[in-house]
Amino acid sequence: MGFILVQILTGLSSAASLFLVAAGLSLIFGVTRVVNFAHGSFYMLGAYIGLTLVALFGDLFGRGHLAFWSALLCAALAVGAIGALVEIVILRRIYRSPELFQLVATFGVILVIQDLTLWGWGPEDQLGPRAPDLRGAIMIMGEPLPRYDLVLIAAGPVVLLLFWLLLNRTRFGILVRAATADREMVGALGVNQAWLFTGVFFLGSFLAGLGGALQLPKGGANLLMDFGVLAAAFVVVVVGGMGSIAGAFLAAVLIGQLQAFGVLFIPQSTLVMMFLVMAVVLVIRPFGLLGRPELVGQGRQMLDDPLRPTGWRFKALALALVALLAAAPLWLGDYGLVLLIDILILALFATALHAIIGPGGLVSFGHAAYFGGGAYAAALLVKYAGTPMSLNLVLAPPAAALLALAIGWFCVRLSGVYFAMLTLAFAQIVWSVVFQWGTVTGGDDGLLGIWRSPWASDRVAYYWLVLACCTAGILALRHGLHSPFGYALRAGRDSPLRAEAIGIDVRRQQWAAFTLSGAFAGLAGGLYAYAKGSVFPNEMAIARSFDGIIMVFFGGVQQLSGPLAGAAALTWLKDILFRLEMWRLLLGLAVIAVVLLFPQGLAGFLKARFGRFFGIRPELSA
Amino acid sequence: MTALLELTGVSAAYLKARILFDIDLAVAEREVVALVGRNGAGKSTTIKAVMGIQVSRTGAVRFAGRDVSRLPAYMIARLGIGYVPEERRVFPDLTILENLEVGRQPAREGAPTWTPEALFEIFPNLAELRHRPAGQSSGGEQQMLAIARTLMGNPRLVLLDEPSEGLAPVIVEQMAVAVGKLKQEGLAVLLSEQNLRFAGAVADRAYVIESGHIRFEGPMRRLLDDAALRSAHLSV
Ligand SMILES: Nc1ncnc2c1ncn2[C@@H]1O[C@H](COP(=O)(O)OP(=O)(O)OP(=O)(O)O)[C@@H](O)[C@H]1O
Ligand SMILES: [Mg+2]
Repeated sequence: MGFILVQILTGLSSAASLFLVAAGLSLIFGVTRVVNFAHGSFYMLGAYIGLTLVALFGDLFGRGHLAFWSALLCAALAVGAIGALVEIVILRRIYRSPELFQLVATFGVILVIQDLTLWGWGPEDQLGPRAPDLRGAIMIMGEPLPRYDLVLIAAGPVVLLLFWLLLNRTRFGILVRAATADREMVGALGVNQAWLFTGVFFLGSFLAGLGGALQLPKGGANLLMDFGVLAAAFVVVVVGGMGSIAGAFLAAVLIGQLQAFGVLFIPQSTLVMMFLVMAVVLVIRPFGLLGRPELVGQGRQMLDDPLRPTGWRFKALALALVALLAAAPLWLGDYGLVLLIDILILALFATALHAIIGPGGLVSFGHAAYFGGGAYAAALLVKYAGTPMSLNLVLAPPAAALLALAIGWFCVRLSGVYFAMLTLAFAQIVWSVVFQWGTVTGGDDGLLGIWRSPWASDRVAYYWLVLACCTAGILALRHGLHSPFGYALRAGRDSPLRAEAIGIDVRRQQWAAFTLSGAFAGLAGGLYAYAKGSVFPNEMAIARSFDGIIMVFFGGVQQLSGPLAGAAALTWLKDILFRLEMWRLLLGLAVIAVVLLFPQGLAGFLKARFGRFFGIRPELSA
Repeated sequence: MTALLELTGVSAAYLKARILFDIDLAVAEREVVALVGRNGAGKSTTIKAVMGIQVSRTGAVRFAGRDVSRLPAYMIARLGIGYVPEERRVFPDLTILENLEVGRQPAREGAPTWTPEALFEIFPNLAELRHRPAGQSSGGEQQMLAIARTLMGNPRLVLLDEPSEGLAPVIVEQMAVAVGKLKQEGLAVLLSEQNLRFAGAVADRAYVIESGHIRFEGPMRRLLDDAALRSAHLSV
């Protein structure tokens, strides 16, 4: 009895931080319609800044209650200010852009914060300070419960109450609620939305920072906190219902409880418990426990010209490019060849992702799951079945497709940002299974010794194989998108209702496209595993998914040729940046700069400049 | 008489579809002007073009002697133009009082200052509902709320997009009385209407719009008396 009670209380205490983060995320989304992917980074910053301020205030004012708690509060305020700054400098300029732009920009922020945190506090995990007078544990019916947990248990409801008062009893809160329903109307009534949005960003980031600072005595601070909490917060927001603070609370409590009791049954993977809850909730209530059907995006559709066959010059150029690539071993050194193999594989990955993002209109933020899925499928076959390379490369795509089929079934029920969040959450779950299931997958150590068959062991031979596979894959995807299947997909994206009316099952179409895209991502993953001779969980990590997004984005969403340009640009950029310290920071800044400067992507920019020559019509500007 | 609101050569488009062509239109201080036309003629678009929302437009929009064509909607509202959209767009989860709070702006020189209590006198139906979510009100109540919410901004000019649309005759009558009161208080009104009866009861002057072109401008009386004109541009 006492044990169960303590377990419940532990669950409630772990719900607190999760609730704070999710509430901030939900609030920001409700008003600005931006899913702030950098929200986890704000949480991490809250912890690190809290760490520093607790030490600083302790030195200045003595290690009493006042110093400790005001340090945590100031940390949260500082994070709020950082959030407001991000809004003013970056997001304010792109509210009218398609979702992808905002997601990419916030990802740029993630990279910048990662490097700044590493630079400021170093790579080691940090132990959190103890709260004064809250050391040790109290006994509840003979079972110990850390005293600090009591603070966390109280924090959730207290914040919920304060939040409620703010939203219902202040003008700011009333404007926030009004803007959540109809922000254009709020503007037409004379409210300067810019400041309202900045205020909301401040508040949301403050909450994330508070969540990070409050959990310090329990969990300390480390550099993996950002993605760790992000996936969990997404799950909470999706389960609770986007934009609903009460829903976020409910979901956080639910998931806190499941984690508390889940560790008793599946100690390795509490994320799997989360997955189960999310799956059940989504099947029963697609918009979450207290959520409402998604508002249709207000005027943010991408304008997209009809696909048209490319001109002969473009075809000639493509042919020349392939010929040039085939001859690359003659004029390129070993290092260049390795780089080219990476570029080709990533181009295939990016093309697969582009198919679902561009023509499909669904921003998948978790495509690393299928890339990594293909890589692990090949590696596991080598380890446990000893099958040859050619067979493994043939089996990798269907394995990844199977994964995409299962995950896609849930994801295509939703669209827009829900889809993005859900795909990311699922990918994170797949990642954690691979990461934690060390006995099978090698865990963090990965799987080594993925040797190529003798006929392809030579680098040049393998390069040709990769070139052939990737060219074939990219052409097949292009062909698919120019076929009735592709047209139906685009019809479903542009006007789902009309598409349904002419007999297209939009969801099925999207599900099929998602699966297909997963298959090609899997092929890329399989090729990658053999190119490196090993696989690590990194191939599935969020960073890999973002690589894909950024390549598609660099290349321009509306061009089928974009991913190739994007892959080359990113690989080249990374190759240069990797040699520098703080390459994440620089990459993040580059990404943000591209978002702000070239809203049609690099290929779009080139096309607008030089497209006529290749028989491609320039985009109509809106 | 100098115009309070003046549109000169205004054209407007949604994305790529051009809807308005070279509109000239003016509203004087304390004047009630009706913009009448068939379904899809471009009435709402004209009104949105004044606020600069949803449409992209070219041409000059001047308000109180100032060029407002480059200002964002919230600045235009703060200069004293109140917008009541055709779809009302009340905030359904907010109570009536909270809806009014969203519209509240500081008092303005040259315009009456409104409080919720003063508005409840014009729209008595709203008074009892003040603590209820607006989403639970009837269409007529929501229309009244939309107007009252806009008045909380103490505007000098109100843009009313089809205030009588879809309302029961009794409520339309109340609307007409309310518009009369606004005029009494010294407000200028530009209202779009298909209901010529309603427009005739409240407006001093009228414009007829058809396929994005202004076809007639003159006293309301003349439009009401000229059956040929009406049948040319307005009959369905
Ligand atoms: N958001 C939009 N996007 C594209 N076209 C639009 C949009 N809104 C209106 N239109 C088109 O613009 C034209 C004028 O519409 P508008 O709403 O101004 O007409 P209206 O005179 O107000 O008609 P109603 O009496 O139906 O309200 C119509 O042909 C309509 O189809
Ligand atoms: Mg209209």
